[in-house]
Amino acid sequence: MRPSVKFLSDELLQKIVAEAKELLCTVGVELNNLKALKLLSDHGAKAEKEKSRVIFTPDLIETALRTAPRSFKLFDVLGNETHHFEGMAVYFTPGSAALYILDHQSKEIRHPVTDDYINYAKVISQLKYIASQSTALIPADVHEKISDSYRLYLSLLFCEKPVVTGTFTIESFEIMKNFQLAVRGSEEALRTKPLTIFSCCPTSPLKWSEVTSQNVMDCARYGIPVEFIAMPLSGFLAPVTLVGTLIQHTAETLSGIVLSQITRPGTPMLYGGSPAIFDIRYETTPMGAIETMMIDCAYNEIGKYLGLPTQAYISLSDAKRLDAQAGVETGIGAVLAALSGINNVSGPGMLDFESCQSLEKLVLDNEVCGMSYRLLQGIEPKDDFPALPLFQELLQEQHLLISRHTRRYLKEEIFFPGEVIDRANRARWKEQGALELEQRAHDQVQQLIRTYQPSRLPDEIKKELRKLMKTEARRYGQEKLPEGNRD
Amino acid sequence: MNMLMKISDYLCQGDDEKVVQLVNQAIAENISARDILEQGLLVGMGIISERFKNHEIFLPDVLLASKAMHAGLEKLKPLLIETDVPSLGKVVIGTVQGDLHDIGKNLVGIMLKGAGFEVIDLGKGVAPEKFLEAAQAEQAQIIGMSALLTTTMPVMKNVVALVKERGFQGKIKTIIGGAPVTEDYARQIGADGYAYDAARAVEKVKELLGVIKV
Repeated sequence: MRPSVKFLSDELLQKIVAEAKELLCTVGVELNNLKALKLLSDHGAKAEKEKSRVIFTPDLIETALRTAPRSFKLFDVLGNETHHFEGMAVYFTPGSAALYILDHQSKEIRHPVTDDYINYAKVISQLKYIASQSTALIPADVHEKISDSYRLYLSLLFCEKPVVTGTFTIESFEIMKNFQLAVRGSEEALRTKPLTIFSCCPTSPLKWSEVTSQNVMDCARYGIPVEFIAMPLSGFLAPVTLVGTLIQHTAETLSGIVLSQITRPGTPMLYGGSPAIFDIRYETTPMGAIETMMIDCAYNEIGKYLGLPTQAYISLSDAKRLDAQAGVETGIGAVLAALSGINNVSGPGMLDFESCQSLEKLVLDNEVCGMSYRLLQGIEPKDDFPALPLFQELLQEQHLLISRHTRRYLKEEIFFPGEVIDRANRARWKEQGALELEQRAHDQVQQLIRTYQPSRLPDEIKKELRKLMKTEARRYGQEKLPEGNRD
Repeated sequence: MNMLMKISDYLCQGDDEKVVQLVNQAIAENISARDILEQGLLVGMGIISERFKNHEIFLPDVLLASKAMHAGLEKLKPLLIETDVPSLGKVVIGTVQGDLHDIGKNLVGIMLKGAGFEVIDLGKGVAPEKFLEAAQAEQAQIIGMSALLTTTMPVMKNVVALVKERGFQGKIKTIIGGAPVTEDYARQIGADGYAYDAARAVEKVKELLGVIKV
């Protein structure tokens, strides 16, 4: 039996969805994009151009939900299948787009540069329980107009895993799409084997900016999967109650689904989000709050009810360093996400309200993800019945260390985490230098950087990516890209 | 793959039947017993120790390899001149008087046997006199003691003192372990060794007896 957790009764869930649809069909959403307004109005929505507002119809919403794929797959840069988002399948991906990196030596944050990004790509390449990379850091040593595309470029060069990413501007979509075409070879190949997921964020309450709504439409045209990241803030830009926040999240997400499916029916999507409660004491949006996690798990139930694969920003922390809070919040989040069957779990590595990535935390979180996978395997009998023979063996041999049963099931039944999780007794721990978690994690980061094997993406494609990136940089007056972006 | 490499390989897999079969075959092919031992069995055990240290394999793998090693060694013994036979020695072990916790001690026993030592397990609640008597009677070179309670730890001190008092210091070496026991305590009471777990206990015993390999 797969263990699971549930927060919403069927009755409550259906009420939330009904209220959200009612909202969309009465007040609608603010949509600051004339092309999108026209598209929706052409399909029967009531668009008020002067107010940048669009009111949906029940039919529009139902049609979109019918054409939205119930599952989809992702493929790495070599074309191998890595993800099948469906049912209760769980995949982890690093928290995306951090402004800062936590520097191990100084224990301070700083803006990441190209070398940090490459080190990140080298580490994530080798983390077994984190299935995709995300464009997790925003490099500060390139022109800001290319800081989004440059991340994807480095990711595609240095790591084979598919990429969770997104653009910061409308213009960047073109180059970020072209990188993917370079890797896949054709639009058709990219459509057949998606390589990335683009995060597209509505603005709370019930708004879409020109950039993000354009991204939704652009992705749909090329069959690039999107994840909708609605971010209602309970008690500030959304009702303080979790139910009220869920109604708003549902409405904001449904509006994105309609826009995407109208642009091109069948576009793959994740029913995602990054909602949070608002901590009025500090005026912050804690991702590690238990209520934030409850909202995540609950909207995941709504997404599944609507027949869509899901995503959430969960299994991350608001701590400033790799301390106990970082572990507690990430651990609780990862376990809840796994039990809820959130299909794409965005979070590992992330600290400080989604603003800071830590390579050391990524290594630790990889183990948390591994533990979560073990948890999902549940408790199953494995040659345990009838019990008598094994117990006869135990009583006769006095132990089962080399029993056939032990040898057969040891590695299947017990998850052995890496060195970052300390399981030595105190004397041995002391003998090995009495290292604290942060140091053990850092040692492992250094080792992974040493053991990294270059991406097997063919050289001519790497060359093409470099050419594309150089041309894009030149558009913004940057003649030379930072050193180090070679493997 | 040559015969000796195959022996090492099957030993690493813990396949005692294959090891015995190949050792017999090697003997029949006139490969010297010493070469079979040193370039086959011991090479395999070396690989196993290294992998165990690096956490690539687990305790059961080591024990199985040891079992295969000893199965092979049995076939070689009649052919080896006496000095070539790896003789590891005898260890008397027990949980000290007043203490009934023997899980750790049992694990040490299993590991020592796996490594090729002869183990005389006196059980739990063992009085100081008993340790020494058994060691003398069995001509053991090591007394291993375990305690889980701070209240029973002083019994270890008594055993160490008794060994000294009876003039066996240096001839019978003492090694201690258990949750409350520390390296410092071992030094304080004059024990010859301390180990924080069973795998380390084996290493420590080998060190005390000057056994390098096997």
